[in-house]
Parts: sequence; structure tokens; C-alpha cells
Amino acid sequence: MHQEFLMGNEAIAMGAIAAGVNLVAGYPGTPSTEVLETVAKHRPQDTYVEWSINEKTAMEVGAGAAYTGARVMVTMKQVGLNVATDPLMSLEYIGVKGGMVVLVADDPGPISSQTEQDTRHFSRFSKLPCFDPSTVQEAYEMVQDAFEYSEKYRTPVFLRSTTRVSHGYASINVKDEGEYKHNKPEGFIKDTKRWVIFPKLSYQSHINIEARNVELSKDFSSYPKNLLLNVEGSAFPKKGIATGGFNYTYVSEALKSVGDVRLLKVSTPHPFPEELAVRFLTGLDEVVCIEELDPVIERELIYIAGKYQLPVKVYGKLTLDVKNSGENTLDSVMGNLTKFLGVKPPENAALTEADMAEMPELPVRPPVLCAGCPHRASFYAVKQAMKGKKTLFAGDIGCYTMGNAMPLDMVDTCLCMGAGLGIAQGVDHIEPDTSCFAFVGDSTFFAAAIPGVINAVYNQADMTLIVLDNSTTAMTGHQPHPGTGQTMMGDVVNKVSIEKILKGIGLEFVETVNPLDYKKSVETVKAAAALPGVKAIIFKSPCIAIVKSDKCLSVDHEKCINCRKCIREIGCPALIIRDDKVVIDDSLCTGCGLCSQICPTGAIGGDCHE
Amino acid sequence: MSKNIVLCGVGGQGTILASKLISGAAMNKGIPVKSAETIGMAQRGGSVFSHLRLGDDVDCPMIASGSADIIIGFEPGETVRMLPYLKKGGQVIVSSRPVMPVTAALAGSNYNGSEMLDYIRNKVEKVIVIDTEKACKELGSAKIVNLLLLGAAVNSGALGLDDEDIRKVIRTKIPEKFHELNFKALEYAKNAAINILI
Repeated sequence: MHQEFLMGNEAIAMGAIAAGVNLVAGYPGTPSTEVLETVAKHRPQDTYVEWSINEKTAMEVGAGAAYTGARVMVTMKQVGLNVATDPLMSLEYIGVKGGMVVLVADDPGPISSQTEQDTRHFSRFSKLPCFDPSTVQEAYEMVQDAFEYSEKYRTPVFLRSTTRVSHGYASINVKDEGEYKHNKPEGFIKDTKRWVIFPKLSYQSHINIEARNVELSKDFSSYPKNLLLNVEGSAFPKKGIATGGFNYTYVSEALKSVGDVRLLKVSTPHPFPEELAVRFLTGLDEVVCIEELDPVIERELIYIAGKYQLPVKVYGKLTLDVKNSGENTLDSVMGNLTKFLGVKPPENAALTEADMAEMPELPVRPPVLCAGCPHRASFYAVKQAMKGKKTLFAGDIGCYTMGNAMPLDMVDTCLCMGAGLGIAQGVDHIEPDTSCFAFVGDSTFFAAAIPGVINAVYNQADMTLIVLDNSTTAMTGHQPHPGTGQTMMGDVVNKVSIEKILKGIGLEFVETVNPLDYKKSVETVKAAAALPGVKAIIFKSPCIAIVKSDKCLSVDHEKCINCRKCIREIGCPALIIRDDKVVIDDSLCTGCGLCSQICPTGAIGGDCHE
Repeated sequence: MSKNIVLCGVGGQGTILASKLISGAAMNKGIPVKSAETIGMAQRGGSVFSHLRLGDDVDCPMIASGSADIIIGFEPGETVRMLPYLKKGGQVIVSSRPVMPVTAALAGSNYNGSEMLDYIRNKVEKVIVIDTEKACKELGSAKIVNLLLLGAAVNSGALGLDDEDIRKVIRTKIPEKFHELNFKALEYAKNAAINILI
């Protein structure tokens, strides 16, 4: 054992390596991405790692490997689990041979997601066991526990993390390499009665799964990370707090200033540790549940109180005593607990309430496309080319969702990965006079957009596909994908060509343009929009966070007439106003040249840099 | 004895590296560290923060309001946003250079951070304002804002870490070619901080 300072996601990765993981597959998504990246960085020679093209594929690759007896981890964010649902729901019935951990990172807030869905529900829905770590240290240990349980019960298991565990850092105890497990897969053994899903097998499996989950609930009641803390001489002998996951740390921190209370910490929300919960509830009058996302623990306790006829009142999200959406904070939990216990919260803030009231209006900072981002140029070109026409701009998931911000205002819809294609077609079929566009990034194209293109061609839609190709998965921190020609194993492979895919599907108009060439971009969009059928433009220019520029433009104030067209039309963060004049922030400008191409007096130019 | 530290700024300003250096310095002294920071969409020009907690008796990496020993602010407005976290008698280190949001530029606003700095000076006793724009020009690099603020923070005594602790971690965590520049920034911040205190 030794100490390391690790991010929660790194700890999960190192825990999986210590457990002898043989294969890790996943698709990037905040807050889960660093798990797979860390395995790739530290993997032992015999561990295989890949960024799959989407979560469904990752789950299937993982299933295959687990059929051989390999230890497998599949990683994704909560909405990625929706994509992987099809294989996972069936895999529940088939089961696994090697241990299989499905790492899903939930995002209370949400901070970087479309939904506030709760994977603990999903584990109940899919009848699969779920581990819910509260700290970085626990995440490290639980992934190893999860592999053991997975093999013991021959089932995939969830390791559900949340943003503050996944992205929190802590100095934790980790194993030395000599203590790592090594797992040698037995290999795939043919057995159609085991590996081929048929109604008869599913029926039999269902019986087994229900029995297994009863057993697991008992097993989990003695799982050491499910905690029942009984407090001798508590000032609140009839009250209890139930919590789980990261919120346990809020509760234990808050209790330091309000005193000890009987506490149930649920580390396995499914199957729920029922026996332990009965012991917790017995003798209590009131319980408050502190959890994020959905009232999972709360509903379980209400159910158990009913089943065992325990006279206890359960407070939480369902009673509106705890907020039922968004992230909890140490302050909100402190508020919940002081109210529940009837004590006064500690006060030691530098600012008084009167000070807070005097606070000047704070700058609003919605996330925006970076200065020099080629997506800005692509959006602007489409906007200018289609000025005055009836249009629909269907957006998608990625950095380019931020094309919705003013002044670009170029994202009319955004739903989920790849949905823009279908939405553009749906609008087109009902409103044939609308010029429909779907914008999709390169990684999203491979992950989720190809079926939408085929559907459009087959069903005779009129639409223009705009592929925003910056040759990386930018939003999640620049992961490689099939178009980049690199893999997570460090191999250089043939790049999959978006252009050839589109031509192969049957598109006749497929043009690749550099979006930073403003004039040509506008002309190409006009040409595409004028044609019937499905057309595609690939705007290709690398992400400025990868290809660093040493260029920087400046404003010639002799020529500048202060019309501010640059600021009003493109909204680049490098264009700022200082002393009532437009200036370029040299710490941000990349010299992309979009503003210089639209300046009516040619006042922006040069190539200054530090 | 634990130390609660808030670092804040705008995505891309280098708060994360500063947070890593403080963590590393504390770890070298055997002090346990827990931290949490903004990762994801907000990194694209949004408000970002790191919470950093040093000490044995820490369960949660997040800080409660009114409990930060020090706020290290990379931008005046973002520092004001985090001020509710400051405890009575807490220290603020703040860069005077504003980052204008696109929304402000669009609205034709003249946001320059001075109103924010006035508020901080008005409400907080222990404040060190670093003119990072001037300092970066004098030192010939725009990439050392984090070291300037860190230098001032160390010098204030509120981190419970000393100059040598930070130098030691720089030597191990940052490529050698930047060492001299980083040490110069620490030194500069020390003097700047002294000048302001006088």
C-alpha cells in the first residue's frame, strides 16, 4: 500500500487495474471520461482499452469479452447508458462469466448533461446490483468489490458515481503493483443454452434473477460499506438520517457542527440492504433522507416502513423537505439537517446579509465557443448564406451546442446524440418550404448520426447535413475517434473518411470546405441549399485547443469606425470593449481571421504575438 | 487544523494548475488533501472554481459558505461571486485584470472589474490585489498569473505553506525550462504583496 493523490475517476481506473481488468471499453462523456483515459495510461501489457464509437458498441464489446471469462469494465455517462440499454437489458438475462463492471457517472445539477437521470433507478429497472461510492477512497475499493460480486453472482454490476466523486481529488491508499490481481480468461466456450437469448431462457433467468436479488439484499446488509451508525447518548434519540453516495460526506461534515445522530449510509442502493434498513428504522420516529437526483433511498425506506409496519415518518424530496432537483451543497444539506433537528446553523461568514444585498451585479458567463473556434465560422457562414430564408437549424451534442449563444443564435433544437438528423427530417416532411439543416460534430457523426443520414436518403428528405469536423472529440477533452486515425492502444490506423461514408450512402453533393475561408463557405452553403435531396458540407478545421496558434490580430483604430459589427455578429470572446473602443484580447485571439473578413473597413489585421 | 481554500476564475485561466501546486505542496508535507473543481462545459469561458481542503479532519471536498480561510481570485467579478464562502477574518488574493464576458461586450457594457475590486476592498479586511497585467508585461509572459497569485497567497500566511514548499513542488511538477520564470513570478508577487500591505 502507498498513498497517491488521485481524481475519483483515476481511482476507479487504478482500482480496476488492481482488480486485474482485461478489457475496458467506453465512450467519452462528462463526468466519466477520465476513467478510461487513466486505464489507457497505466494499463498493464495484457489489458485492452478502446474508445468505442458509442456506448452500445462498448457494452457489446464488453459482453463478448466477459463471455470469455475476462474481467471487463465499460464506462459512460448517465445519458450514455440510455444508448447502451438495448444490449444491457438482455445481458441481464444472459449474465457473464468474467466480472463485468458498468461504470456510469451521473451528473446532478446537471452540470454538463441533458438530463438529471438517476442510474440507481436504472439498476432497479434492469435488476442489476449497484454500488454507489461516497469518496475517492471508496470508489477505488468499491470497483474491486464490484468485480468480486459480479463473478460471485455471474451478473454485470453497476458502479454508479456522481460528478463530485468522479471529479473530486483526494490523497488515498492504493495497492502496490505486487498486490494487483491477475486474471487469465478461460476463453469462450460454446454453449447455445447459455449464450443465445430465447424466450425460454429469459423466463428461466427471470426466476433466477428474482431469487438472486433477494439473496443479494441479505448479502448487502452485511456489506461493510453499508453503514449503520448507532449513537449512544445522542441528543436526538428518535431521529435518524439516511444518505448514500457523495451526500454521505455532506452529512458527516454537517454533523460535526450539529451533533451525532443515528445514520444509515446506503452504498448499494439496489438490491437495497433491507435487513440493515429495518434495524436503522426500528425505534425511530422521524427520518430525513439526504440524496441527489431521485428519492431512491426515501422510497425504499417508505416501502420498508410499510412492509414491517414501523411507525416512522420519512422526510425528503417527496415531502419537499429536501430539494427535488439540482445539486445539493454543503449549505443546502446543513439547512436540511438543522431544520430537521431543530438546531441553529453555525454562522461565521465574512459577509453579512446586508453586505450580500450590496453586492454589485455579477458578470453573466454562459459557456461560449472559444476564441478562434472554427465552429463559429461555420455557423456564421450558414447564417449569412441563409439570411432571409425560412430555416431550421437542428443542433446536436458537443461543443457546437454553444452555437446557440447570442449573437450567433444558430441552434434551434438540441435533444440527444445524433437527434438533429431526425429532427431536420421530421420538420421537412411537415414544412416542405423550410430549409432544414442538421449540424453534427465528427465524433457524434460516428457515434450516432449515420443511421439518420441513411434514413434521410431512403425516405427522400430534403435537408442539408453540416458536419463540423475539428478532428477530435473536443467537448470531453479531445479523445481520438475513427476519423483521427489513432486508438487508445496507441496504434496509428486508417482514418475512417466521413466523406466516403456519405458518398457511399448515396449523397451526390458532399463538399469539404475550410470554414475559416468565409467567402467560399457562404458560396458552398448557398449551392447546397439550392439543391433538392440530402446534401452534405464538411467544414473541416482543427480544434484550436489542439493545434495551438501563435497568431493574433489587432484593431487599427485609424481605420475602425467603431460600428462593432464584429462584436454584434460573431460574439468572439477575444473581441472586447476597452475605453469605448473595440480591442482584441491578445491572451485569447488565435488569429483565425473571421472578424477581419467581415470588418467593413478592413480595420482588423496584423499578426502580432508575444 | 484544516485549511479551506477557494480558487476561482474564468475557464482557461489556469486555476487548476494552481490548485494542483497547492495540493502537491501540502502532500509533500504529509498533509491530507481533498479537492473538487469544475470540469466540463463551464471550462469554455464560464465561471470555474476549485475547492481545496487541507488537513486530517476533512470528509467532504466541498466547502460550506463562511468557511474559506482564503480565496484566490483570478478575476475580480468571479472573486466577488465566491465571497460568500469567505469566513470572518479570511484572506482574499485577487488579480485586478477583468475578463469581459461576451454577454457584456454585446450589451456594450464597460465592465472593467473596478466596481468589483471596490466591493472587495470595502467588505474584506485582508485583501491583496495583484496587478497581473502589469506584472505579466514586466516579467514578459502572460502565462504566470497563477504563480503570481500563488506567491501572494503563500506570502499572506493564510495557506499554511511557505515559499520553499511551493518551489519544491514546482521543481517536481513543472518542466524545468519554466522554473526560473515561475520562481521570478513568486518573488515578484512577494514584493508586490509587501508594497500593498505598506
